[in-house]
Amino acid sequence: MPINYYIFLALALFCIGIIGVLTRRNAIIIFMCIELMLNAANLLLVAFSKMHVDVNQPTAGSDAQIFVFFIMVVAAAEVSVGLAIIVMLYRNIHSVDVNFLNRLKN
Amino acid sequence: MMFGGVFFKQKSTPKYWAIGGLLLAIIANCIELVKQHSFFNIDIKNMLVFNNFNLIFIIVALVCTLLLFLLNGRDIEKVGNNISEYFALIFFVLCGIAIAATFNTLLTLFLGIEILSIPLYILTASDKRNLKSNEAALKYFLMGAFSTGIMLMGIAFLYGGNSVSPSFYIDNINIGAGKLPVMIAIGLVLILIAMAFKVSAVPFHFWAPDVYDGAPTVFTSFMATIVKAGGFIAFIRLFEHAFGTAQPQWQMLVALITAATLLVGNLTAVFQQSVKRMLAYSSIAQAGFMLLSIFAMNEFAKQGIILYAAAYSLATIGIFAILVKMNDYTIDGFNGLAKQQPVLAATITIFLLSLTGVPLTAGFLAKLYMLIGAVKDGHQNWLVILAVLCAAISAYYYFKIIQAIYFKESKAEITHNWDVTPAFKALLIITAALIIVLGLFPTLITDWLYYSRA
Repeated sequence: MPINYYIFLALALFCIGIIGVLTRRNAIIIFMCIELMLNAANLLLVAFSKMHVDVNQPTAGSDAQIFVFFIMVVAAAEVSVGLAIIVMLYRNIHSVDVNFLNRLKN
Repeated sequence: MMFGGVFFKQKSTPKYWAIGGLLLAIIANCIELVKQHSFFNIDIKNMLVFNNFNLIFIIVALVCTLLLFLLNGRDIEKVGNNISEYFALIFFVLCGIAIAATFNTLLTLFLGIEILSIPLYILTASDKRNLKSNEAALKYFLMGAFSTGIMLMGIAFLYGGNSVSPSFYIDNINIGAGKLPVMIAIGLVLILIAMAFKVSAVPFHFWAPDVYDGAPTVFTSFMATIVKAGGFIAFIRLFEHAFGTAQPQWQMLVALITAATLLVGNLTAVFQQSVKRMLAYSSIAQAGFMLLSIFAMNEFAKQGIILYAAAYSLATIGIFAILVKMNDYTIDGFNGLAKQQPVLAATITIFLLSLTGVPLTAGFLAKLYMLIGAVKDGHQNWLVILAVLCAAISAYYYFKIIQAIYFKESKAEITHNWDVTPAFKALLIITAALIIVLGLFPTLITDWLYYSRA
């Protein structure tokens, strides 16, 4: 399969993620959209890694796959912190609506 | 550090451990700089590179953190019950700054930036009962994670676009001038956006005032100074090594961001009533000045950014240290400070003058270096003129505080209990003295950039 298909798929996922972050008002859904963006990047990295494979150089392209593991680990760490923050917020205001926060400011 | 809290009975023990650890780290860094070789020979596959530039920056960051601990150690203890965790998290952030300042591959850049920001989310949220702190943490977290996603996408495109030598080492990305391939151009723009988010450059700055306002003041002080400077060092390193030869392609973009940052930061700071919020906007404005170094990218700019990091961090940490001690964060709260606390008033005046860029202070020379760098570059002189005008605007809101301190009477009779020890005052004087010494002899820092062991 040509690499373009993968790029289009990853870009589509990425754009869905961005649109979700910008339009949704539920903190958890925004959070899921961010995860979608990260996974789009993962997919793209793996696709490029496959693209760069060279018969003469067996290790070519493998660094991108290792990068993907790092992204997963960091994303997991980020999820744990983020969910903790959202839970803390829920305890205080009994809502995870981002609009509610903007109302608080005034 | 992290688990130290279990063992230490006394509340202040973690602070002393933290100060001791920082001192050790500073000494180790200085020895490395002087001897020009590292203590440990760990095989890191050249993923981190230590040279004079980033070693000096790490020393500056460590010294500023040390001052922060010494000045505000007691206030950190007041934030909540988990004191040793706060110190541990600050150390994690410092570790992230060190990685972000020395990275040599996009992988270590990503890890450094993440190690730097994840503990910050927690620090922002550390005032658990306070709704403002919660809101700030959520906003910071969502924006931070969002920009991480953008950065990763940029990294993926840079990797894919480079068909000649696919790798994450930043020197391999530097493919020379001329027309950029589409994928590399996309990657460059995405990474530029992500880094602009991290250093709160306009138009990606909207999280900064709320976050700086909502976070506990001691941590705001840390975030707005040391962490931001760390972000800039990563920014300049990335753009120098990875995209240096393609500079004409992105220079205009950076110039526009710089101009917008300077204008928006300074103009909105004028209208703020709360000093804390004003400092948040002024930190955006100062970020505009630091962006000039990325725009110019020459030797002057590199000297300037180190000097700027030092001058700006010292002055802002000093102001925040005094701000923590105040009850009232509005400008009126400073009325008559000169009568009640002459030492505090004098030192805060020096800090503000340095931020404005008045001669004899470090802030003046830092701004001068930036402007010289931008003029030498010679392509966009309108940007330099704009920067000078903005510096003039900034004088207005900084001087408003000085005016309140010296020329206005405090109307209330309430003498609030100043929690100020002689040691605190002495440290403030030392900080102010450092700023003036750096303003008179900037070569104390900048000469080290060219130091090599003969």
